[in-house]
Amino acid sequence: MANYFQPDIECAPIEKIKALQNELLPAQVRYVWENVPYYRKKMEAHGVTPDDIKSIDDLHKLPFMSKADLRDAYPYGLLAVPLSECVRIQSTSGTTGKRVIIFYTQSDIDLWNDCTARAIVAAGGTKDDVCQVSYGYGLFTGGAGLDGGSHKVGCLTVPTSSGNTERQIMFIMDLHATILCCTPSYAAYIGETFKEMGYKPEDIPLKAGIFGAEAWSEEMRRDIEKTLGIKAYDIYGLTEISGPGVAFECSEQNGMHINEDHFLAEIIDPDTGEVLPEGTQGELVFTSLDKKAFPLIRYRTRDICTLTREKCSCGRTHVRMTKPKGRSDDMLIIRGVNVFPSQIETVLMNNGYAANYQIIVGRVNNTDTFEVKVEMTPDMFTDNVGEIQARRKVLEDGLRAMLGIKAKVTLVAPKSITRSEGKAVRVIDNRKI
Amino acid sequence: MSVNQVSVFLENRAGTLNRLTEVLATNKINIRALSLAETSEFGIVRMLVNDVFEATNVLKENNFVATLTPVLAYAIADEAGDLNNLLKNFSAANVNIEYMYAFAGKERAYMIFRVNDTKKAEALLKSHGLNSLTQEEIAAV
Repeated sequence: MANYFQPDIECAPIEKIKALQNELLPAQVRYVWENVPYYRKKMEAHGVTPDDIKSIDDLHKLPFMSKADLRDAYPYGLLAVPLSECVRIQSTSGTTGKRVIIFYTQSDIDLWNDCTARAIVAAGGTKDDVCQVSYGYGLFTGGAGLDGGSHKVGCLTVPTSSGNTERQIMFIMDLHATILCCTPSYAAYIGETFKEMGYKPEDIPLKAGIFGAEAWSEEMRRDIEKTLGIKAYDIYGLTEISGPGVAFECSEQNGMHINEDHFLAEIIDPDTGEVLPEGTQGELVFTSLDKKAFPLIRYRTRDICTLTREKCSCGRTHVRMTKPKGRSDDMLIIRGVNVFPSQIETVLMNNGYAANYQIIVGRVNNTDTFEVKVEMTPDMFTDNVGEIQARRKVLEDGLRAMLGIKAKVTLVAPKSITRSEGKAVRVIDNRKI
Repeated sequence: MSVNQVSVFLENRAGTLNRLTEVLATNKINIRALSLAETSEFGIVRMLVNDVFEATNVLKENNFVATLTPVLAYAIADEAGDLNNLLKNFSAANVNIEYMYAFAGKERAYMIFRVNDTKKAEALLKSHGLNSLTQEEIAAV
């Protein structure tokens, strides 16, 4: 099954990919040195010049970039081309602070669209498919990214954007949409709504889903696949690097192939910045090799994952990353223990409940309080108070086993937790530290 | 015949019960009997209504979680001693009561019981000469 969009590069021998990277990286470093004063200053402070970067083996000599740099340089400070060369901006959701704006030239858009097209084709997409893009359109990269990829593949693109779930369902049914692109929490919501409306998985024309932009668990994947009767593929990206499609899942559903002809990946120790060997868990760092308007060198994603070059039976040779355990921005430290929201989701799904939850952290007398609100569902409800309390206790025990610390589970009314159709509000941290 | 009781999940905070009654009022559903079981965080409203089917539909549409629970309803004389007479039969038939609530009508009083095995309890009590009320009878009270 040849599900490749650009087989020559997607399945290129690793030597060929390395040779390409060795050619692109030194040129890209020189390019930013010459065009972005911010980078030049930063490299000078770090005691490194483009002459020191001869191949990807020299990458570790370069300083890291982080979200703080993007904020410092807001809005134009990292721009490497005149504004007249830029054709578009996108912006981050601003969930972890001030918004960041990213600029694109037409060639940046083209390479980004190639990346999302690879993801759509890997999910089985062809020009005969109807691809419904239910990611938000606008400043968020989700809508624009998948929309562009869908055009490249030649799918009939249905730009519903997010929200108005009944209309989403109407388009899926009336236009026989076969591919759905959105956040996993929205896919789950669409699935729930289908179910409430009385549709069975076999009534739904969808065959594949491409879901990303937030952390989700394997259990959630299985749940979505079952409700919608599809195969669900993960897609990874971040606005700073271009948007969704930096990496994507193939038919093996076992890690996401990083488009390393465009994005060079490293794993580092998040505390020391030291580069870690393949297969070690750490923070993912990206260098964009051929972006023109907003090229980032050694950008720290805050995402925790591992990389592997083990052969993938799909035929692609590009390095694979595991599903991030959660953005280290999302990671909470509660009573000294690392907690990822995705772990809570796993406990809920393991008990057969929908992942409609919200974490509330507070601090009383210098001790963290940790509450998980869980929406009551028909599956969890009975007329018997004792039985409900017992089910609540099972969840608390499950969380304790998963996290190693005690959480208080509070059952709340259905649909009372803020359900954003872009990104779910999973964490409220009231600690004033 | 057992009667279908509507049980609804509510958070234990101000206004939630009113939100429930608002939905029922808007949809012209009459509550015939009601009781509340509560914990510190949530409660279960148990009620008999005139239209069970419509009630469960509108509750679902308005994002309430509700379930139907079979309960047994008996009519007794609205006078001192008759609940005692009724419960003597429960004791004699060895029927355990999970919970109960009651309301008084114009002529008679009505006792509603949740037991663990409804069918078996109903048969046992029938053998003691007690006939439980049907959904229609309760609605007509």
